[in-house]
Amino acid sequence: MKAYVLKRILIMVPVLIGMTIIVFSIIHAIPGDPAETILGQKATEQSKEALREQLGLNNPWYQQYFAYMGDLLKGDLGQSIRTRVPITQEITPYLAATAELTVAAMAFAIFFGVNAGIISAWKQNSWFDYICMLIALIGVSMPIFWLGLMEQWIFSLKLHWLPSIGRMNQRDPVEAVTNLYLIDSLIAGRWDQLWTVCKHLILPSVALGTIPMAVIARMTRSSMLEVMNSDFVRTAKAKGLSQFIVVYKHALKNAFIPVLTVIGLQTGALLGGAVLTETIFAWPGVGRYIYEAISSRDYPVIQSGILIIAFLFVVINLIVDLLYAAVDPRIRYR
Amino acid sequence: MAQATTATSNGSTSVSVEKVSGPWRDAWRTFRKNKIAMVGLVMIGFFILIALLAPVIAPYEYDTQALRDRLKAPSSSHWFGTDDLGRDLFTRVLYGARISLWVGTFSVVGSIILGTLLGILAGFYGKWIDMVISRLFDILLAFPSILLAIAIVAILGPSLQNALLAIAIVNIPTYGRLVRAKVLSLKNEEYITAARAIGMKNSAILLRHILPNSLTPIIVQGTLGIATAIIEAAALGFLGLGAQPPTPEWGKMLSDSRQFIATAPWTVIFPGVSIMLTVLAFNLMGDGLRDALDPRMKS
Repeated sequence: MKAYVLKRILIMVPVLIGMTIIVFSIIHAIPGDPAETILGQKATEQSKEALREQLGLNNPWYQQYFAYMGDLLKGDLGQSIRTRVPITQEITPYLAATAELTVAAMAFAIFFGVNAGIISAWKQNSWFDYICMLIALIGVSMPIFWLGLMEQWIFSLKLHWLPSIGRMNQRDPVEAVTNLYLIDSLIAGRWDQLWTVCKHLILPSVALGTIPMAVIARMTRSSMLEVMNSDFVRTAKAKGLSQFIVVYKHALKNAFIPVLTVIGLQTGALLGGAVLTETIFAWPGVGRYIYEAISSRDYPVIQSGILIIAFLFVVINLIVDLLYAAVDPRIRYR
Repeated sequence: MAQATTATSNGSTSVSVEKVSGPWRDAWRTFRKNKIAMVGLVMIGFFILIALLAPVIAPYEYDTQALRDRLKAPSSSHWFGTDDLGRDLFTRVLYGARISLWVGTFSVVGSIILGTLLGILAGFYGKWIDMVISRLFDILLAFPSILLAIAIVAILGPSLQNALLAIAIVNIPTYGRLVRAKVLSLKNEEYITAARAIGMKNSAILLRHILPNSLTPIIVQGTLGIATAIIEAAALGFLGLGAQPPTPEWGKMLSDSRQFIATAPWTVIFPGVSIMLTVLAFNLMGDGLRDALDPRMKS
């Protein structure tokens, strides 16, 4: 297993380097003078020259790239043009917000997706099966930004059940320790805020989690159907075990590997979807951070934000691959 | 496809080939039996018809403003109501079908052409070419696709064309990998060895044997890919990075109207439902095609 982990990590290195090249190219691919693009046409030649110097745009590109890599390895992501704050410092609360949202969305997607898939396979061709698969089909075709808007309209504006934007009651905030508000309100012992934080999480995580939920449900169902027809399940049934144990213990264990892959892939895809969800729900996460940087042409932030999300994406895929190998030893020898 | 007739060079005689069975005919038969896939096909046909006939069916011009009629609820004169500038939503939704289908189809065609080219180069020629291209695919796939598209549009500047280009670029690896894998598995087939033995050139082998045999997975993936591309284009439009006003693009219409959702929900409902139904249609058809053309691809 150790050798396999090492191999997987080594394979990651060229991909990560390639990613830095692409992200580095972003600022260099801007047509015309980046300094003028960033500062606007009215900027003086002096300030443009200063910015070019600051961004190192006067050096040859390979020097710039190595300088950029050097900074990255030191953990320096550069400085936001708009706020003049180092990005490493600025991005932390945004990252925490995105983490909280994606974990909640994935928890929702896994719980409902896996269970719907299992029950659909168990009660194949029942009305429950049909309804679940119809919902799953619509779910994969749903533009999440529209789903988010509809949720806001129904559950916030019409029914007044849930708040439509933000992360908590801003008038009486909890002290930020981890920036994960669920944990922060627990630390502060603020049960009232814990409840409002939960309520704020529901709509965005349902919007973000719907596509993964649908994909997971479909995969669980087809994988379970395959396993349910196998001999060992028949044996388990013949032994007189209860249906529930056969389905949830014997069958699920063997059907779970493809489901795990899909969960991993979907978690990665969620990071992209977060940009849209965060825009709609005014959720102060990395997606929104990047989006705002785009509107204000804050290129260092765009670069670093994209690099961080892509990095997380690769790491999640690595974790899934490793989990996959841990669950199914055959994979390590391929 | 089974050819019905073949003509000799002078065109005087034609030989009739019996239409018994062929892979495409079999596929069509399986596809036709799949009711859900047929629903998808009919829906796609309907949307294409709407897109083509938009100028004929539409009761108004998509950019005619009538400020007296702003945010009017659906009625007999405005079936889908009007938006904040008094433009007829039914007309705009009809024209939106043109844009979405156009962007969806052309971006996928673009990704397929480039992906196939790179996939064939990598799979057929192998060695360092394969190394470079495969790593490039790995790297492109290491970004969430919508994020990479956002980055590309941020560089090129927001417009519908650039959104199309960005979506085409981010989806190249999907097709490239598919074709590469197919070429690798075909390369060692006996009939390719035979073709080489009789002295066929590489280019001829590629065109006559390898490319036609790689078509199936591309068609399936391409159909599902149009669904994804339509959503991605709408997402870029929603973020203000795609179509620019007054282009009636569905995603842009959503973002322009979202502030009126409480008072005029129809401005948000109709464009959204249109996106969903179009995407659903391509997903249904793609699933059906997969079952019909290549049952082993089911996953």
